[in-house]
This record gives sequence, C-alpha cells and structure tokens, in this order.
Amino acid sequence: MPLPPDRLLRAYRQMKTIREFEERLHVEIQTGEIPGFTHLYSGQEAVAVGVCEHLGDADWIASTHRGHGHCIAKGCDVTGMMLEIYGRRDGLCKGKGGSMHIADMSKGMLGANAIVGGGPPIAVGAAIACKARRDGKVAVAFGGDGSCNQGTVFEAMNLAVVLKAPAIFVFEDNGYSEHTGADYAVGSRDIAGRARGFGMPAETCDGSDFFAVHAAMARALELARNGGGPSTIEAKTTRFFGHFEGDPMLYRAKDEVARHRETMDCLRIFRARVTTEGLLDDAALDAVDAEVMGLIDRSVAAARSAAPPTAADLLTDVYVSY
Amino acid sequence: MRQLSMRDAINEALHLEMARDPRVIVLGEDVSGGAGGTSGQRDAAGGVFGVTKGLLPKFGEDRVIDTPISESAIIGAANGAALAGMRPVAELMFADFLGVCFDQVFNQAAKFRYMFGGKTACPIVIRTATGAGMNMGAQHSQSMYALVTAVPGLKVVVPSNAYDAKGLMLTAIRDDDPVVFFEHKALYPRKCAVPEGDYTIPFGEAALVREGEHVTVVAIGRMVSFAEKALDALAADGITADLIDPRTLSPLDDETIYESLENTGRLVIIDESPPRCSVASDIAALVASNAFHALKAPIVQITSPHTPVPFARELERLYVPSPQAIETAIRRLVKQ
Repeated sequence: MPLPPDRLLRAYRQMKTIREFEERLHVEIQTGEIPGFTHLYSGQEAVAVGVCEHLGDADWIASTHRGHGHCIAKGCDVTGMMLEIYGRRDGLCKGKGGSMHIADMSKGMLGANAIVGGGPPIAVGAAIACKARRDGKVAVAFGGDGSCNQGTVFEAMNLAVVLKAPAIFVFEDNGYSEHTGADYAVGSRDIAGRARGFGMPAETCDGSDFFAVHAAMARALELARNGGGPSTIEAKTTRFFGHFEGDPMLYRAKDEVARHRETMDCLRIFRARVTTEGLLDDAALDAVDAEVMGLIDRSVAAARSAAPPTAADLLTDVYVSY
Repeated sequence: MRQLSMRDAINEALHLEMARDPRVIVLGEDVSGGAGGTSGQRDAAGGVFGVTKGLLPKFGEDRVIDTPISESAIIGAANGAALAGMRPVAELMFADFLGVCFDQVFNQAAKFRYMFGGKTACPIVIRTATGAGMNMGAQHSQSMYALVTAVPGLKVVVPSNAYDAKGLMLTAIRDDDPVVFFEHKALYPRKCAVPEGDYTIPFGEAALVREGEHVTVVAIGRMVSFAEKALDALAADGITADLIDPRTLSPLDDETIYESLENTGRLVIIDESPPRCSVASDIAALVASNAFHALKAPIVQITSPHTPVPFARELERLYVPSPQAIETAIRRLVKQ
C-alpha cells in the first residue's frame, strides 16, 4: 500500500528540511557565531524520517549527539532548534542545552544525548510507560554503530525483551564511530544479528532508501503495537560530514564523501523513485525545496538576531522546586 | 628553553614512558583512530585532542589500543591488565563519561588493594579531559575531580600547566596506585617552558606559584592562570599573595596551605567545580579544623554555581569563575 501523496510530500519536506538545516549549519559555523561542537546528520535523513513518519506526538524517541535530524523528523520547531544551536534565550531549551541536548517532550522527543548509549535505556523506560498505560504508543531508541558497543545499550535491549516493551531500536550504521571505522569496532559487523541474540526480531535495511526504512519500521510497529515486544532495525547509511564540524576526516578515503553524495543521497533516490513512479511530480518537489530554503533562511536570520540568555537564567531550571 | 603546549607535554611523557617501560600500554576511543577506516591512514586522530598522536606508529597495535565506544570495558580492561602486570594508561575522552564506567573506577580500581589485603596493586592511569569554557554543554564540560577525590584508594591529579603535566604524568604512570589525571581542555594549547627528557613531580607536593604577604590563594587547574591574572591586576595596588597550586588533590599537600596562612591569615580558594562537597569546601573544612587560629577573616570560596554547565556563551562565561570575580573577592577580603 503506497503512501498517499500528501504523506509522501510531507516526508520529502522533512528530509529536505533536515538536509538544508545541516548544510546551512555547516556554512554558518564558519562565521564563529555558533558555540560549541556540532554533529551534522546530512546523509542519514531517510532513517529519521522513514521511522518518524509513522509516529505521532504521543510516541517517543530518544536521540543521540547527532540529533538534529531526529528532532526535525519528530516535529520539533525548526526555528526553535536553530535558536537553541545559537545559544539563544528563546531556543527550544532556552540556550542551556545546545546542539547536543535539544528536547521537546510535547513532541515526544526525549532529548538528543551527548553520552553514547545514554538514550536506549531511557527509550525502554518510555516504552514501559506506554505499556503500563496501554495507550498503543511506542518508543524508539536511535543510536549509531558506535552506540551498539555500549553496555548500556545491551542492557536496554535485554530489558525490553524481558518486559516485552513496545520499544524499537534503530541503529544507524554510518560506518564510523567518531574517528574509528565500524569495520574495526563492531566485532561481528552484524548489529541485527546481535539484536536477534537478545531474542528480538531484527532486520537490516538500506538507510538511503526512505521506502526501505519506512517498510521496516511498519513491521516493527505492527509488532510493538500488538504486544509482540521490541525489535531492531539496522539501517546502513553514511554521513556527509565529519564526526563533528571541524573534523578533518583523515580516516576516510578522500573521495568517499563525494562518492556517497553521488550514490547514497536519500533525497535524490527518493525524488527519482516518486517521479518515475508518477507518485509526485518535480514541480511539487521543487516547490517544497523553495519553501524549505525560505524556512531555513528565516530561522538563521531569527537566530542571529535573537537575544542571548540573561544572567538570571544561569540559576533557574536546576530543580522543579528547591 | 623550548616552549611546549600541555597537549605536547603530556604526549612527550607518554612517549618517554612507553619507550622506557614495555609494560605501559595506552587504550581508549580513537587514541590512534583510523582503524577500519577507508583512507588507509592509521593514527588519523591520535585522541580527540591529539594527546596520543604518534604513539601507534612507534609502539604498535599491541600497546596502543583503539577501542570501541565502551567506557566500562575500557576502564575494566585497564584494571585487568594492571592486575596482570601491565601499566595501562586509559583515556576517558571526557571526564563526564565517568558516569558510564564509574563501577570500574570506584568499586573496582579503587578497592582492589584494600579488599585483597594489600596483596595486589592496580597501577592504572585514567587520563580524561575536564572543564568548561568551550561551550560543549552539560555532558562534556564538568569538573568531576571532587567525586573521585572522595574515594579512598584513588589518586587525583589536576595539572595547571604543561611543565607540571609532563612531570606529573611520568609520576602517575610509575605510581603503583590508580590515578585519575584531569586535563583541562582549555589548557591543551597553552605553552610554557618544558625541559626535554625525564623528570618527575612528586604527588602531594603543592607548587608555590607566587609568594606574597596579604592573602593565600589556592587555585586548581585552569583557575591557577585566572588567579595569576587577578594578582597581576592587584599588584598595581600593592596587594600580593601566596598562590598555591595543589597539583594533586589526593594526596593533598595541606601543610603548605597552613604554613602560608601563618603569614597571611586570609584564604581564597578557587575551584571551577560547583560548590557543594567540592575540593574548595574540603580545603576550607581542613583549614577550619587545623589552622583556625591563623585565620583573620572568613575563608572565601570562589566556585561555579550549583548548576549544571550551561551551553550558551553568555551563560558559560558567567558560570566559570572569572579573573575579575577573583580580583574583586581578594580586594574585599584584604580589607576585612
């Protein structure tokens, strides 16, 4: 059953928004206006959107240090995110979190996370809450090939199986945990196989293909929503930038990114398929492109002119009450 | 004498000790980098801050070990290798990641010797990047040395400059006890005169960075340079201080602080970490207990506030104690 055109167009808009958000940050970071370290998601858009296209605000996701894509796919306000990344007072987290800590509970976004492997146990907790409330909602734990080597992730996966929690583990294998290749660091090179070892179904899909991710997520959801417990999706993908902005990527072949932009660009792959199959036309997609560029321009302009936090803000939000 | 950054000084210490002692191994995330990459280039990172650069080509993969992102396994494996006769230097990329592997640090490494009746030792060094000031957010900027200083069995080093860092690192690796070695990110590029070759700085011996008469200033890590800035400004008004850099927090050279207080009678402690159960409050308690008679005025503690480290530039600037705040506090104290 193919997605109706409005949902296809929405998925494209989100992927395009993530792409342009990140490509623009890559440029704006050179100005020195953006504080701290930023990890860009360009190249992996089909994973976040293929998964989150199925979810509503009442479903949960736990994200990673490379979290901008998950945030946008889950419906976080783009301008609010941009302000947060610039460290502004009206940012989604009042400028206190920054790029690695964007969260919005009203959108079911449990937070980006600067600790590799920090998110999956939290997602299992959200899944337990869904199960206890019998609300039919699910929780998704995003992680990379790096996180699949953390003990916390193993514990979370086993716990989810034991409790038959409606949790879905999505591993985005972009080939690198920071500056080290997954070929070296992931012992079996088979993340899905590990998940099966814990006693849950798992499948591997092409993370550059929105439709492949979307279909895998549909199967995982079916299971989770019907009391079948957790499952795992291993999405093979790539990142178009370094581990963080400024990473010279000495561990990657010189032409690798250019090659991947040529062959693994999920936006191009998506556009080719929907136009070939007559699901959407170029005019509609071009209109989305223009709309997205406008949104990113406006959000950058808003972030650049927004006010910073005030001295009083330093001491607030540590506790609910004290 | 040649000038070396703290990054290069620690790097040199690692090179020297690995060459001298075949039991020394280095392990951690990206300590060389490039393993399994597509460029064919190993040593592509040399640690995320470049501190372990060049070790892999010289000492090989058996002794310079790139690990997956698995902090508990990194520190646990360092512990096991130490029990089995090696002298591991494990890198914990950021001190905040102590949260991931704390069992191996405080239940295992810290306690082996005592639990096993003094019949073994666990000579590991945990090198870790510490501190705020680079807008790295709440989970990459903390100063966690008070937490490990509180644990019996662990030794704790917080160097304030490249010279000390090299000498303290050589001592740390040769020390038979587990050592947690905090390297402030903002100090990595800072240079000072560093001699070539081997020298050690003993643990538990504070550095008297400056001598003066009106106040005793105890500063930790990066705060030493902030205190120097404040004291430079105060010198114009004739205010001088003993500036004490403890260098190691466990063991702590409290005697040097008491001796200074006999002359000055006034104490300012500067610590980048939050105030509660901090090294500042620990030193204040020791002084109140052991040198109360020498005090002419209340002890002043200058710390960050009781909050996580904020992200925004404007907030982080307010969070970290500033040279101006130190100057103001000293000015006020000497008038009391």
